[in-house]
Order: sequence, then C-alpha cells, then structure tokens
Amino acid sequence: MRIYAFLGGMWGLIIIGGGLAVTVLGPLDLGVYSINAVVKGGVAILLVILWVFILVRLTRYIFK
Amino acid sequence: MTADFLTIIVGGCISFGIVYGMTPPLISILNKKSMHVPDVNKKGNIMVARPGGPAILAGIIGGIIALYLGTGQPAVLATIPTIVMACIIGYVDDLKVMPGWFKPALLVVAAIPLVLFGQYSTDLEFPLFGTVNIPILYIGVILVMMPIMGNTVNSIDVMNGVASGYMIIAGVAVAIILALLGRWEAFGLCIILVGASLAFYKYHRMPSRIFPGDSGVLVLGVTYGCVAIYGGVEVVAAVALLPAIANSFFFLYSVKRIVEHRQIKRSPVYRDDDMILHDTGDPQAPVTLVRLILRQGPLSEGGVVRQILKLSVFAAILAMISGIMMMI
Repeated sequence: MRIYAFLGGMWGLIIIGGGLAVTVLGPLDLGVYSINAVVKGGVAILLVILWVFILVRLTRYIFK
Repeated sequence: MTADFLTIIVGGCISFGIVYGMTPPLISILNKKSMHVPDVNKKGNIMVARPGGPAILAGIIGGIIALYLGTGQPAVLATIPTIVMACIIGYVDDLKVMPGWFKPALLVVAAIPLVLFGQYSTDLEFPLFGTVNIPILYIGVILVMMPIMGNTVNSIDVMNGVASGYMIIAGVAVAIILALLGRWEAFGLCIILVGASLAFYKYHRMPSRIFPGDSGVLVLGVTYGCVAIYGGVEVVAAVALLPAIANSFFFLYSVKRIVEHRQIKRSPVYRDDDMILHDTGDPQAPVTLVRLILRQGPLSEGGVVRQILKLSVFAAILAMISGIMMMI
C-alpha cells in the first residue's frame, strides 16, 4: 500500500507542478524573446528541483 | 478517417507479425552463437537468449513504414533515426558493459534527429491547468525525455516479462487517450509499439525464452518517448511510467550516482533454495522497487512480476485520469 501511496503522491505533485508551470511560466513575458527563453528555462529548472526536493521528503515520510 | 484507422490497425498487425515471426529464428541464432545469459531467478543454470532488440526494432520500423505508406504523412518517419540509434546504443551495451553515463549521454545524441525534423508541438499540455508554450525550452524537454524514457524502461527490465508487459499496459493507456484526443498518427505509432510489445511478450513472459537486452528495452522506451512527444501527451506518458520512474528515483536516491545495475556490488535481494526472493535488509544495498515489494514478505519471481504489473495498471489508470483531465 505504501508504494501505491507514493505513486499517488508523485502523481499529485505532477498535477500541482503542472499548475505552477502553467500559471508561472505561461504569462511570463519580459519583452525580449531570448531573455524570455533563459528566464523560463531557469524557472522550469527551479520547479524541477523543487519537485525532486518534495519527492525526497515524501520518500522519507512514506518509507521511514 | 476509416481508411486511416484501417492503416493504423494494419501497421499494428505488421509490427506484431514481424516480432512474432522473427523472434523464434532469432532465439535459435542467438543460442547457436552462444549469445545467452543465465536466468538468475531459475534453478538449474537455465540459459536464455539475448538480445531480442533486433526483432523488436524490425517490427517497429516495419509498422512505421506501413503507417507512412498508408497515410502518406512523412512526419512519423522522423522517429526512425532516433529509434534505430537507440537500438545501436543498446546493442553496444549488450555486447560490452559500458559505464553508467554511456546510455544517457548517447540517448541525448539519439534525440537530436527528432529535434531537427521538428515534428512536434512546443505546447506542453498539463491536466486541469491547460498548456504552456515553451519554444526553446521544449528542445531541452525532448533531449532530456529520450534518455529518461529509455533508461526507466531499462531499469524495470528486472524479471521475466516485466518490460514488455509493462509497455503493453502503459501503451494501451496512452493509446486510449490519444484516440480520445483524436491524434490519430501518434495513436498509430502507439499501436505499433503495443503490437511489438505484445508479440515479444509471448516469448519474454515467464519462463522467458529470450530477454530483450538493452537494445530491446531502449527501442521500447525511446519509441514510447517518441509517441509522447509526437502526440503531445508527455505528462500522460510520464504518469503511466510512474512505477518505473519511482524505481529509478529510489535507485539514484540510494546510490547517489548514475551507475549500471550490473556494477552494483551489494545485492538488494537474495534467493533461498526454493528460489523465493527476500529483501537482504542490507542498508548499503540500493533501494529498488523489487526490494520495496519484498519488504512486505518473500515472494516468488512470478509473485513479484504480478505486483509490478499491478502497479503499472494503477499508473495506467492515473494516466488515463490525467488524459481526461486534459480535455476539461
């Protein structure tokens, strides 16, 4: 059951992460195309790092 | 639409037929050339032919060509160089154990033709929240996605029939969503993948007569990645692959570096005299999905395979829910 809970948690994080990506990355417009691309890339990498960080905490919590 | 649907069915049948027909002679050739490995979960030093990658590759390429000839749409051909390169990378790894960075690094290179042919949308679709357009960042998504898909499917190839069975379940879930979204060409590619996996499963299921090897699992994983990108269902495809992604995550989290499974010295599981699998309880051994399953108690190989496939059905249901949420 713990593995199923973990998979459910991963799924929830993907849905929430997607919401953050759409609401944060979507409207982000700094005017210059190349700057936009760099900033969006940076924000996306930060979101992925945040996702992995939360996943590590979730792993510790579920499989402690 | 009817003609296209017929073409898709023919493409799937060709893929199935080639793999189904080509695998038995491939098993004979591999056994004659002593290209076989011991099945460590069986008593009596049973040798199993490896790799089945060439048969899987032939089936998928045959299906793609049929799909192209039937629809006249050249876009699907753009996936061929990437899939062929994945097979070559895996085959090299089948013949010689390469360092841990070898496959991920070269799979990034294999993804380049997909980027160059440009047969994808730069909109990333998320369930519930809609899409985000990331023109340049999406190239990074493609380059990262291919090694992840290839290696996660590779990491789940741990017991008889798991990798091919897993790809059938995940492929069917993604195909249903592609059909509901009306993305018929990507649906066609997905049906080709399911056809090849289904045919290979006949020989790969317990007791295995052939193992896919790295060449086989990389072809399956990379084709699955191509379906995800080509059909614009990256998130759905990732969700269907969650148990395999979790397995890779547990492994990396515990080992803390990219390394081949074969290079790991301390085993997370051991077999007793009746070939029942147990968790070693070794805190220095890597954490894997199989190990977590065995924490609930010892199981036979068949029992572990059933547990993994049950997890893949659970993930497939989550993937289909995600796909339906994309339509809201």
